[in-house]
Amino acid sequence: MATLFQGLPSSTAFSSSNKFNHAPAPTSFSERKSSIVTVRSDARWSPVLNSATHKPQRLITNAVATKADSSLASTSSKPGHELLLFEALREGLEEEMERDPCVCVMGEDVGHYGGSYKVTKGLATKFGDLRVLDTPIAENSFTGMGIGAAMTGLRPIIEGMNMGFLLLAFNQISNNCGMLHYTSGGQFKIPVVIRGPGGVGRQLGAEHSQRLESYFQSIPGIQMVACSTPYNAKGLMKAAIRSENPVILFEHVLLYNLKDRIPDEEYVLSLEEAEMVRPGEHVTILTYSRMRYHVMQAAKTLVNKGYDPEVIDIRSLKPFDLHTIGKSVKKTHRVLIVEECMRTGGIGASLTAAITENFNDDLDAPIVCLSSQDVPTPYAGTLEEWTVVQPAQIVTAVEQLCQ
Amino acid sequence: MSFSATNFAQPRPVPVGIRSNEKSLSSDPFRFRFRGSPSFLGSPHSLRFNPTPPLKLAIPHSRRSPAAAVTDVSNGKMVKSSANMLITKEEGLELYEDMILGRFFEDMCAQMYYRGKMFGFVHLYNGQEAVSTGFIKLLKKEDTVVSTYRDHVHALSKGVPARAVMSELFGKATGCCRGQGGSMHMFSKEHNLIGGFAFIGEGIPVATGAAFSSKYRREVLKEASADHVTLAFFGDGTCNNGQFYECLNMAALWKLPIIFVVENNLWAIGMSHLRATSDPEIWKKGPAFGMAGVHVDGMDVLKVREVAKEAIERARRGDGPTLVECETYRFRGHSLADPDELRDPAEKARYAARDPISALKKYMIENKLANEQELKSIEKKIDEVLDDAVEYSDESPLPPRSQLLENVFADPKGFGIGPDGKYRCEDPKFTQGTAHV
Repeated sequence: MATLFQGLPSSTAFSSSNKFNHAPAPTSFSERKSSIVTVRSDARWSPVLNSATHKPQRLITNAVATKADSSLASTSSKPGHELLLFEALREGLEEEMERDPCVCVMGEDVGHYGGSYKVTKGLATKFGDLRVLDTPIAENSFTGMGIGAAMTGLRPIIEGMNMGFLLLAFNQISNNCGMLHYTSGGQFKIPVVIRGPGGVGRQLGAEHSQRLESYFQSIPGIQMVACSTPYNAKGLMKAAIRSENPVILFEHVLLYNLKDRIPDEEYVLSLEEAEMVRPGEHVTILTYSRMRYHVMQAAKTLVNKGYDPEVIDIRSLKPFDLHTIGKSVKKTHRVLIVEECMRTGGIGASLTAAITENFNDDLDAPIVCLSSQDVPTPYAGTLEEWTVVQPAQIVTAVEQLCQ
Repeated sequence: MSFSATNFAQPRPVPVGIRSNEKSLSSDPFRFRFRGSPSFLGSPHSLRFNPTPPLKLAIPHSRRSPAAAVTDVSNGKMVKSSANMLITKEEGLELYEDMILGRFFEDMCAQMYYRGKMFGFVHLYNGQEAVSTGFIKLLKKEDTVVSTYRDHVHALSKGVPARAVMSELFGKATGCCRGQGGSMHMFSKEHNLIGGFAFIGEGIPVATGAAFSSKYRREVLKEASADHVTLAFFGDGTCNNGQFYECLNMAALWKLPIIFVVENNLWAIGMSHLRATSDPEIWKKGPAFGMAGVHVDGMDVLKVREVAKEAIERARRGDGPTLVECETYRFRGHSLADPDELRDPAEKARYAARDPISALKKYMIENKLANEQELKSIEKKIDEVLDDAVEYSDESPLPPRSQLLENVFADPKGFGIGPDGKYRCEDPKFTQGTAHV
């Protein structure tokens, strides 16, 4: 049995995080005590506000709790090290490969090429061609191969060069990855990690802009997580590798170059927990992956308009962290889901159903779900922009919801 | 006797493969191959390739086996001296017992199915026992076997007890997969049987992964004893599937210790192999990918065993995969639900005359390896084993409700965190099987 452990960052980080204040009212600064800081597995930098019920008196330019304001502070005084999201993924991967010799990577161009998004750069030189295996272009078969290897004792990480390519591996992912532990009566475990970049990029065309989380979510026996920051990318990568369950890790093409500061110490996040990005009182906004940034951009506008949104990055797409979500719903009574999935049968649709089922009495208004249009993503930039949810739409939705 | 050294000489150019459409498409397409000189005893056509690219042509290479195979005895040719025996008495009895176990088990399955003890799709292996026995009896316990939905006999040959297989078929909690797999999903960690797959072709990549594991252990983890081989069994229909070709490529590319065993019984439910395949000679597809491709008479357990020995040794040495096409036949329909109306009764009769069990029996008796009584006592023993298996399965409990949610995840935290903040698997209803997950 795996023990998923929740890595806590060093506690010194909390007291020095002056720049992460986003209190709308001056009073909250003086009221802030160390006990307010939520010690969750993931929330390093999020002090909890305890009084935000009145309107702001000054313009807030930065409503984002977690974004490091790197221009203000010097790098030497801050803990941790700075890197890009793809480097964080690589760091997590490398640490796990060093820790356990059974961890291996397979995928197209992961070895000598270093990965199409450089997540595996340098690993083949370090660990060898068999541990970082360049496969031929045969997604279904090399995914199946990874599953067979996992059943016989290895811990492979299977990379889809683009998540969309894993549609070709659907047979293996659905039938074998998800099911074999059960149909074998628990005899074989399949500790694979299937990962790759997905989501709508910059004019990549319909087939390279797919969101597979909605297609995979019904498969029993798998877990799905989506990373959105360098911090949670590394933590989720490590957790996924250490998990005994098959995990699909969704990365986003546009987030690979996000820069952030992450701790030097080792940490592993929980695969099943959601991340509180910005605590608030008026409305719960549930989001994941790239839409988190659209939401936070909208949150800036919303805060200036006097709203106090609570933003949660659900991270775990399957299963949902109904505890964090439920606590939030009970507090705000209004839910807005912002996702990049299609409207029909997407993660938002499932989440809406789950919240309605469990927290219907706590809702003051119907759940609003903003998803991408049910349209094959067009190539033209303007059309592509209108397919996904933009911050202005989020602002409008919150305004309507909070009337 | 070492065939390998003498027979794998330099490739000689020959006319490129005999195409299927150049001969009459009778229902026995391989007939042409066996019409050679009467002294031609062995059927395997083994091909060797020069491992340095580019790859040369597939070269069919007739081989004369100094030892008599089973079918030759059936055809009335006696072997002169027992020194040329392919098997010892013990081996012969082991093979006989395994084939009888396979045959009687499948017959018992049919009986039990019609009595309503098992349901769903049940695919029986009658007639193909020589392939399973011929290959699997040469394996070590640590070697891996991957099969398809026609997997009962592969499980039995690999060592899974008849009791475990029968109660799995009955859907009881004592089955090898706790009743959760059924006829088409036989698994056994102890005996390294990793399936049991319902979709054709989807087991082949898994087998390739098991072989990759073996190579990884040897080369990365430096485990010197990691020379385990993997056998992937599948049928002629699968050989038109993409996964088959993708895995042939990868296995040959990385020289994985795997043997692809094609049980060509000429029929994929009602689709004749000839109607589905542009070039029905499956063994030829091996050399196209750079691996040895062999064709063998799958109704003859001794010939299969001979070919298997060579292929397994090749894989164990690290010299890569082999594609073995076994010409065989299933005496029953595709499944117990198949009325089996399309196959020509004459074809069925022809293959029934080549029943592998009768052939081995005749061989052993005529070569004084065993007598009628010894073989009869084996049959009686198997009868008892099966009666016991049925009784055990009848008396075994059905899976309780509490088993419903247990094996979905290896780590049940995968069901997530419920509204109350606790992991759902900590909910007491979880172990009762009634939790909302």
